[in-house]
Amino acid sequence: MLQLLVDAFVLGCSYALMAVGLNMVYGLLRIIHVAHAALYTLGAYVGLYCLYHLSQSLWLSLTLGAVFPALVGALMYRIIYSPVLSAPRYVALIAGAGVFIASQEFYRLIAGPYPYPFNAQFKFLSISSSHLNVTETQMLIITFMMCAFLCLYLIINNTNLGLMWRACTQDMELAASSGININLIIAINFIIGSALAGSAGVLMALYRNSVFPTMGAMVSYKAFVVVVLGGFGSIPGAAIAGILLALAESLLGMVPFFNLPRDAIAFLVMVLVLMFKPKGLFGR
Amino acid sequence: MTFGYILSICTFASIYAILILGLNILTGYTKQVSLGHAAFFAIGAYAQALLVTKAGLTFWSALPLSIVLSMAIGIVMGLPSLRVSDDFLVLTTIGLNFIVMGITEYFDFFGGAMGIIGINVPSFMGHPLGTTGYFVVTLIFLMLAIYISYFFSKTWGRLAMEATGEDEQAAQALGINTALYKIYAFALSSAFTGLAGALWAHSIGSLFPRNFSFEMSVLFLSMLVFGGLGTIKGAIFGAFFLYLLPECFRFIESYRMLVYGALLTVIVILQPNGMLGRGGLLDGCFFKLKKRGTETQGISKIG
Repeated sequence: MLQLLVDAFVLGCSYALMAVGLNMVYGLLRIIHVAHAALYTLGAYVGLYCLYHLSQSLWLSLTLGAVFPALVGALMYRIIYSPVLSAPRYVALIAGAGVFIASQEFYRLIAGPYPYPFNAQFKFLSISSSHLNVTETQMLIITFMMCAFLCLYLIINNTNLGLMWRACTQDMELAASSGININLIIAINFIIGSALAGSAGVLMALYRNSVFPTMGAMVSYKAFVVVVLGGFGSIPGAAIAGILLALAESLLGMVPFFNLPRDAIAFLVMVLVLMFKPKGLFGR
Repeated sequence: MTFGYILSICTFASIYAILILGLNILTGYTKQVSLGHAAFFAIGAYAQALLVTKAGLTFWSALPLSIVLSMAIGIVMGLPSLRVSDDFLVLTTIGLNFIVMGITEYFDFFGGAMGIIGINVPSFMGHPLGTTGYFVVTLIFLMLAIYISYFFSKTWGRLAMEATGEDEQAAQALGINTALYKIYAFALSSAFTGLAGALWAHSIGSLFPRNFSFEMSVLFLSMLVFGGLGTIKGAIFGAFFLYLLPECFRFIESYRMLVYGALLTVIVILQPNGMLGRGGLLDGCFFKLKKRGTETQGISKIG
């Protein structure tokens, strides 16, 4: 039972890391950022490339796997989202979906459709006893998620940048007229969100020990669920909801006569929550 | 490329056009963006397939039943729209798509992951329809769908739906029962989509849950936005163009989806109102000749 909870918690960390980027983009631009999944997969492939061709170190591949998607994410905003911001919002959604389709094909053409193993050697804490076994990878994912969210929380609440970001989420035009460089804030927003998605890609590739072109799809759909459950624009909400969702999936999956596929359970939970709390569990 | 192949491609394109006409009523008129239309499509297809293979009905007797059934389920699935709107509704429809996919995959009654196979081509007056015959049947249904859409676009109902979509509170102040029209849009839309699903089930012959994935829903919305939201000709153009586009790229086999995705993004960025929407590249290309005449007449009168 405890083991199940730990496994679910690790899965929840990956959902939360994906969801926070989506949530930040939604909070600022009110765009449902479908192409976020492309960055997750990109992170995994960049990490894999580093591991095979540059060095054996996981830390280098984790760093590059975060930095590279971050740059691509910022570019994506400049090239794809910024021209359609004035158009109706479903236009940005479809533009993102086009990028997502194209990116999956791009990875398939470059790397081939087969899953690659991602076996990196590294030293980290681990717990192993008779009834609880937390592997090094699981420990790494949990620690990374905790650190990332702590940093993000501190940045948003205690720095000038965070103040500007919060101002932008409340009213973009007013923020611009108070002298905040909105484009810079949006770019930083995309950089942080994409870096987290990319690193989530590397970590999950390590955890599942496989990298393949469509690995981002399901995680990113789940991230939508997490965004809804946590409430749009609420970052602590995303963290808590990610973990809650993974727990709900694991526990509901065990109830007899209710073993729908995991994905269906996740979305069922989402629709039910939306019906009774239309602003999400932690929404404003 | 044989003749039969081209015919079957055109059959599928016509079926998608019927579906997009249905989506147009929901998303184009009431502005309720649906990213789960594959679920409505699945309901029509599964209803028809089950009625034909398990209940032993013929194509013609099962078709009205599956349309009514999809309409009923569509109304139920539209109920959330009374509580949530905008992005929350988009996410709810995504959720419905995954739930319907999950249910068809899990319950043996719907064939499970193995799907339903052996849905035969319908017969007419005792003669089984071939590829050509079935193409004619779908074309007739497409014409019927266009006619109903056109007729509906001239009624008060469409105006009420558009008002609901533009500004719900203002519409309520004008005395429009917005809740009723939202559900009405879901009902009409799912009836069209159910018809498309039923026709699709017969032309493809076997159904699997993965045929109705979220990617399909994205494709449907793309077709509509690409053609032009809220226009009938745009819906038909979008469906045909985006369905035939990957087929045209067959010669660059492994790159075609890459080109398709990139092209979709570029076109949507350049033409956010759709090709046939207001200000679109092809706006005024089809069926506008008569209207243009009256416009110039009006100007000359004022002048």
